[in-house]
Amino acid sequence: MTLPQVPILPILPELILTLFGIAVMLFDPFTAKPHKSWLSSLAFIGVLAALAGNVLLLAAEGEYYNGMIIVDSFSVFFNFLFLIIAGLSILASRQYLVREGVNHSEYYGLLLFATVGMCFMGGANELIMIFIGLEITSISTYVLAGFRRTDLKSNEAAIKYFLLGSFATAFLLYGIALMYGATHTTHLSQISSALLTGRIDLRLVLAGTALMMVGFSFKVATAPFQIWTPDVYEGAPIPVTGWMSVGPKAAGFAAFLRVFFVALPALDQKWFWVLWVSSVLTMTIGNTAAMLQSNIKRMLAYSSIAHAGYILVAFAALTPNGIASIMFYLLAYSVMNLGAFAVISAWSLSGERRVTIDEFAGLGYRQPWLAAAFTVFLLGLTGIPLTAGFTGKFFMFRAAINSKLYWLTIIALLNSAASLYYYLRPTIAMYMREPGESGRTSAPQDSAPLQISMATKVVIAVSVLAVFYLGLFPSTILDFAQSSAFLVH
Amino acid sequence: MEFIDSHILTILILMPVAGAMFLALLDPGKHEAIRRTALVVALLTFVFSLHLVIHFVPHEAGFQFEENSPWVPAFGMNYHLGIDGISLWLVLLTTFLTSVSVLASWKGIEKRVKEFFIFILLLEAGMVGVFASLDLFLFYVFWEVMLVPMYFLIGIWGHGRRIYAAVKFIIYTAVGSAFMLVAILSLYFLNAHATGAPTFDFTTILDNIVNGRLVIEPRIQVWLFLAFFLSFAIKVPLFPLHTWLPDAHTEAPTAGSVLLAGVLLKMGTYGLLRFNIQLFPDATQTFTPLIVALAIIGIIYGALVAMVQPDLKRLVAYSSVSHLGFVVLGIFVFNIQGVEGAVYQMLNHGISTGALFLIVGMIYERRHTREISEFGGLATPMPVLATIFLIITLSSIGLPLLNGFVGEFLILVGTFGAAVARAKLYCTLAASGVILGAVYMLWMYQRVIFGEVTHDVNKTLPDLSAREKWVLVPMVVMALWMGIYPQFFLRKMDASVSKLLNAPRVMMVRK
Repeated sequence: MTLPQVPILPILPELILTLFGIAVMLFDPFTAKPHKSWLSSLAFIGVLAALAGNVLLLAAEGEYYNGMIIVDSFSVFFNFLFLIIAGLSILASRQYLVREGVNHSEYYGLLLFATVGMCFMGGANELIMIFIGLEITSISTYVLAGFRRTDLKSNEAAIKYFLLGSFATAFLLYGIALMYGATHTTHLSQISSALLTGRIDLRLVLAGTALMMVGFSFKVATAPFQIWTPDVYEGAPIPVTGWMSVGPKAAGFAAFLRVFFVALPALDQKWFWVLWVSSVLTMTIGNTAAMLQSNIKRMLAYSSIAHAGYILVAFAALTPNGIASIMFYLLAYSVMNLGAFAVISAWSLSGERRVTIDEFAGLGYRQPWLAAAFTVFLLGLTGIPLTAGFTGKFFMFRAAINSKLYWLTIIALLNSAASLYYYLRPTIAMYMREPGESGRTSAPQDSAPLQISMATKVVIAVSVLAVFYLGLFPSTILDFAQSSAFLVH
Repeated sequence: MEFIDSHILTILILMPVAGAMFLALLDPGKHEAIRRTALVVALLTFVFSLHLVIHFVPHEAGFQFEENSPWVPAFGMNYHLGIDGISLWLVLLTTFLTSVSVLASWKGIEKRVKEFFIFILLLEAGMVGVFASLDLFLFYVFWEVMLVPMYFLIGIWGHGRRIYAAVKFIIYTAVGSAFMLVAILSLYFLNAHATGAPTFDFTTILDNIVNGRLVIEPRIQVWLFLAFFLSFAIKVPLFPLHTWLPDAHTEAPTAGSVLLAGVLLKMGTYGLLRFNIQLFPDATQTFTPLIVALAIIGIIYGALVAMVQPDLKRLVAYSSVSHLGFVVLGIFVFNIQGVEGAVYQMLNHGISTGALFLIVGMIYERRHTREISEFGGLATPMPVLATIFLIITLSSIGLPLLNGFVGEFLILVGTFGAAVARAKLYCTLAASGVILGAVYMLWMYQRVIFGEVTHDVNKTLPDLSAREKWVLVPMVVMALWMGIYPQFFLRKMDASVSKLLNAPRVMMVRK
């Protein structure tokens, strides 16, 4: 008897991650408590192996499994992105989990499974597949958000995210159902050709499009579906917040882009204005609210909303250049944000204390290198030149101007200038005020010397280098993104 | 030597950066070593910049010492550097004032010494980059990135309201640059659509405009002009966009004020000269009357407000508004005297106002106050300072044989002969600014230096130390040199200024 020939190469990264995820959880009961960090190393090796597997994908472009999965440079790019995010997040979590007393291997397992889901979202060529990927990611994320089981805020974050997230997923699913009802297919390119025939019920398609848009907007946290973000980001454990603000968001955008550009280009004039308005609302709400925050996690939560707004500017450009610039920006934003959260995690004290902006006072002189790195990340998020944030924004706004979106770009740039106000606040606390000048007396244990683990240092160093690399020499990554963006369009 | 010849501008940009990186590795406690290293780096950069003066070919109008290599080829971004007779002197001014600023910060900066000099050197790299960039994208990069060191210089080492001033400074400028970025991108696509070759290269785009390959409709020119103009006018600062300046200047540490007034403000006028009037001649024609009016309002308003300031540093800050009004006026009269006067006045202002801020800083270090009413009769305890202060005051007023005279005179001559309506009225109004300048400066000088010593603490103030003399004497030498032998400087800018004015499109404006 011969088994049917099923190629495993197209989903090699996903397979590797799944195997390692299972292995991590299987080995957990047999590992003594002091040796648990071995499991995080195992998870990290899994990510490296998946990265190697992803390289092999470059040579295997095409559609697989009856067109459910597509391997193209778009999906390979996003796989790289998700794996880099996963790798950095694993390293950034090690010290934190031990400190908070929640060093359970499920954490790494869930992180790997979530990454599997994200990879499926990037490589899905069909709506059901996207839905499955999204659910794998979301369910893992719900659990991760509540990983500090004994902490009320963490529980609140998980429940909130779970309830609202399920609701949004339902919208997406309903949208998919309507789309299937109208076009009799869930395959993206078949939907596109069905729309071109004109023999379909446009009302159903529009309703389906709108519902899917609600689902995606929730996942990437754009207005008016961003309400959940601040509470969830504030309550979730710091490394999880960092990971959530970049990973699932990037995966959401990957699927969002693919669905709208492959399946629904025929309707682009209909959803263009929705994007336009949503973009303005998202940027402005995010930036305005960020100015009022005193908790740094909450501030970065609103900032992440604002960044989704900038991404929509390039989305609304409706061009391959726009897509390429979004891909580049997601990478740039990921390294900056992960780096920033790694610094926050290193500076905070057990029980997630010392996370208000004022409490960063003195960091500048007690830990000059840590503070310098944090400054680099904040300036990058603002979009100051020579950093990844600037080149990323520049490419996005370039695409927008190319599509003659002058007002949208001006609004985005003014938002960006206004965002200086809150991104600079930690630098004011770190460098410009003496410790205690803000009227706060620091508790004795606060002045104990910081212990920063090697893994955290590596994350911060790699992020700083990446921020400058993408800011100074963007060509390599940009060219790759450009070549993949044309495939989508 | 060959390598230096072909990469001198990159060297000038990277040398301070390398110096800053080296400083970062030093032990933060070793203040003396840090100061010395910073001074050596700054002086070395200055010495290298002299290479530009020596090897600059005076009669060549184009850009020299060019370096051009692709940066992001997909989008036509280049690392294109080069200087002409205008930017040559601004680069020199930058390296000169940076060296002076480092030396001037020896005693005044006692906390976070290492970080201070790191930021000064990074600032220098950014400033040289702005003047040397010939690619619009590269220009924007330097333009923005140099805000960061200045923000920290004001915010960390400034005085009482430093944080407010620093944030106001950076947000004000960033808002202006936002519009400039949109304009740069729009210009890029206009050029790309007209010629089919996307590029941010300034010289290429300018060539296309001059040769008529790229024709921008006047209606669009107006928008692009305004976007660039807003960004530059904030930097200059032109009335009524000047409100960030008194705060930033007053709160900044001495070295910060010197570089802010001496170099950063010139970026605005340089931008107007380099980009606005060359790229958008039709719009320039439309807006010239408005800008001339704003410049003259700035001259008189700045002088009047300076007159009533009780704070020495604020007085000097407002005098900058007035002086920079002259520069803008000179640019927008479109004749060789006016524009050369404007460029010369940019350099003068860097020297005179830089020196004024240094002197105010030295007085402040001794008394920890800048209130004019706290002083009086300083000539008795500090004769050397009083003498140098007098020379600099006179140079700021524009006394013949000192540098200020040459610039102001050229600008007034240019305005008088300008081909615009009511030129003589403008000239008269601007000349009244010169008189007002003499009033507030001499009155201030008299209240601070002459008369009896009114406060006992002032009786024992020490006169200038050897280091302080080393700071101020070069400034005085420059003031005299530029006043007595301006031809040395003007000769090298003649060709570039004529080329700028004789470009066929700019000629149109002049008629």
